[in-house]
Amino acid sequence: METTAKKFNVPLLLIEVIVILLGLLFLVPFYFLLANSVKSYSEILSDSAALPTAFQWSNYAEAWKATNFPRAFLNSFIITVISNILLAFLCSMCAYKMVRNNSLYNRILYIALVAAMVIPFQAIMIPLVQVVSGLGVMDSTAGLILAYLGFGAPMTVFLFHGFVKSVPLDIEEASRVDGSSPYGTFFRIVLPLMQPIIVTVIILNTLWIWNDYLMPSLILQDPVLRTIPIATYSFFGQYTKQWDLALPGLVLGITPVVIFFLVMQKYIIEGIAQGSVKG
Amino acid sequence: MDHRKRSRLMQQFIFVGPTSLFFFIIVLIPFFLGLYYSFTSWNGISRHVEWTGLRNYLHIFTKDPSFLNSFWFTAKFTLFGLVLTNLLGFALAYVLTRKLFTRNVLRTVFFVPHVIGGLLLGFIWQFIFVRGFSSIGQATGWSFFNLPWLGTGGTAFWAIVIVFVWQNAGYLMVIYISAINNVPKSLIEASKVDGAGRFQVLRQVTIPLVMPAVTVCLFLSISWSFKLFDLNLSLTKGGPFKATESVALNIYNEAYTISRFGMGSAKAMIFFVIVAVISLLQVRATKKREVEL
Repeated sequence: METTAKKFNVPLLLIEVIVILLGLLFLVPFYFLLANSVKSYSEILSDSAALPTAFQWSNYAEAWKATNFPRAFLNSFIITVISNILLAFLCSMCAYKMVRNNSLYNRILYIALVAAMVIPFQAIMIPLVQVVSGLGVMDSTAGLILAYLGFGAPMTVFLFHGFVKSVPLDIEEASRVDGSSPYGTFFRIVLPLMQPIIVTVIILNTLWIWNDYLMPSLILQDPVLRTIPIATYSFFGQYTKQWDLALPGLVLGITPVVIFFLVMQKYIIEGIAQGSVKG
Repeated sequence: MDHRKRSRLMQQFIFVGPTSLFFFIIVLIPFFLGLYYSFTSWNGISRHVEWTGLRNYLHIFTKDPSFLNSFWFTAKFTLFGLVLTNLLGFALAYVLTRKLFTRNVLRTVFFVPHVIGGLLLGFIWQFIFVRGFSSIGQATGWSFFNLPWLGTGGTAFWAIVIVFVWQNAGYLMVIYISAINNVPKSLIEASKVDGAGRFQVLRQVTIPLVMPAVTVCLFLSISWSFKLFDLNLSLTKGGPFKATESVALNIYNEAYTISRFGMGSAKAMIFFVIVAVISLLQVRATKKREVEL
């Protein structure tokens, strides 16, 4: 009884109003971005806080062409999807075997992976470019995906490792008795059980890879291969202070990931909470 | 080799092999190569790599004010970044776990900046600091908005802090929300029956029980702010006059702007050691304060 009465008390309502105001304050940057993206240059300069008087949609058409947006989107999409699938697939296999087979090699590998989680990217970026070009995959999507597989492995294996430890052995033994091979046991029994952590891993890696700037900027040079962050960066360098072009470019750049977030919201929030428990 | 042993070796190879290989190629080999380069005067292009011993390290600590400045900037930034994001993140979580009508919408609003990458956020805010603030300043006459936000070292520092907190508080909020929701209701009820006020419950029950989340959130916010790069690059490029150059950006500039790869590698190694030590100390310190139920 008391809880329903509490729902409408005054202090709670006051708190609600305060948080709503704070929420609006959080959204103000998006207002500035959207409102000014459809203004003419002189209108932006005269008052950037005002609502646009006439919508200049041609800004978007020009930014779309200048960033080569469809191409950049496709590149980002391909790199993110392939890196994610491979990371989830290979690292789940690796973590599974590391938990089930406590050999010396596996123990050393686990320690090395955990230790590598604190290596800042700047500490390996200089020789990494050398190694990647030594392998002949410099300036290619494949080279970039390879880099994400290696640099993403420590965290991804770590998350899977924590999860596999909580999977009971009994089910695996039962399937073994029923005549399943070790591979069959992993793919038919263990992998489906790992679904919650796979979702977490994919969400964390997607946010990282999609938004990453430095790695692609070092490995990719061909403008055709540009991902969204690099396309935006070079676009901004070219049109510095030409806000009527730069702002619609930014809107285009943030739209895919914001839509992805709004659609997948429930999983993203749960995935982050899950991931933090293991972190 | 008997059949069984061979099959086990094959399994180990198939399951662990690919990840091991990628990890070796992309992380371990470059890491040790970098360690080697840090003792040379390599410029990134020439075939001849000259061994110079500890000269790079000595130079950094005695004759390179830019690195020490960037280090000082990063340390200060980390302090404010971590305190403010955690305070705001926890406060938001504390409020948004209560029975508010709009709490789900608000959780989304506070989280959304995090999904946009730091690079694009920096550009968005560059516009707001340069044009948006001055428009608000003209309309309201508040001097706060008329400051040269990206124009002086002092204000640019706070500009980056503001954007960083805006970007990351919502992420920490999500972690704190799940931790607060896991605090058993019965425990809170019991302490209320014992006569504890709201503030006392928060201090004596909720906070001790969410310490594992505090460990995680501190770890995340320290590592984000210590590795500050994208936001820094797009918002101020380290300027004005290198006043807001983070360590990560300083290393990047050393290597790619002035092509001193040996020196850049030495800085990167120092950076690695500092990040590793801080992470270890922090996790150790907060782990001690965690309470087991």
